[in-house]
Amino acid sequence: MGVELVFKIAGIGIITAVLHSILKQFGKEELAHLTTLAGVAVCLLMVIQLLANLFEMVRTVFQLH
Amino acid sequence: MEILQIVGLGLIAAILIVVVKQQRPELVIQLSIAAGVIIFILILEKISGVFSVIEELSRRADIDRLYLSTILKIIGTAYIGEFGAQICRDAGESAVAAKIELAAKILVIILAMPIIVALLESIIRLIP
Repeated sequence: MGVELVFKIAGIGIITAVLHSILKQFGKEELAHLTTLAGVAVCLLMVIQLLANLFEMVRTVFQLH
Repeated sequence: MEILQIVGLGLIAAILIVVVKQQRPELVIQLSIAAGVIIFILILEKISGVFSVIEELSRRADIDRLYLSTILKIIGTAYIGEFGAQICRDAGESAVAAKIELAAKILVIILAMPIIVALLESIIRLIP
């Protein structure tokens, strides 16, 4: 957990952008949109784990129960 | 020099956001969430040190445990609410952000209720 996650998300963004343009060139619009959706879902999984971590830490530090 | 780490992380995140924004605007919001969460996790350990010192001081000053824990809870609620509201506002959803802020305010009032009641009771006791 750390800076790697930011790089990972940016990398996923760049890769999906490239895939999107390639698939669009081939005329597969729906596949291009699916890759976008998959990229967003993968990033969301990672971000949600991080958020859960944050909320748990805040709960312990601020004694919220 | 934690501040160098944090500033570096923020700058890198900003640059990556600018790079990704043109092609994939839907990933930008997740990038900013990740950067914000990482920075806060870095700083949370320090905050817990400060709180343990404050707790020790209040224990020595013989302050009721209820008051300090209520203040901590209010700070935590306010921070989480502000975090979510800022992310929503970044994504252009200021209506959702306003609702989150309203919910955070109401929850803070609920948390503060016991103290308000105690204050009113002591005032009533003063008035003959």
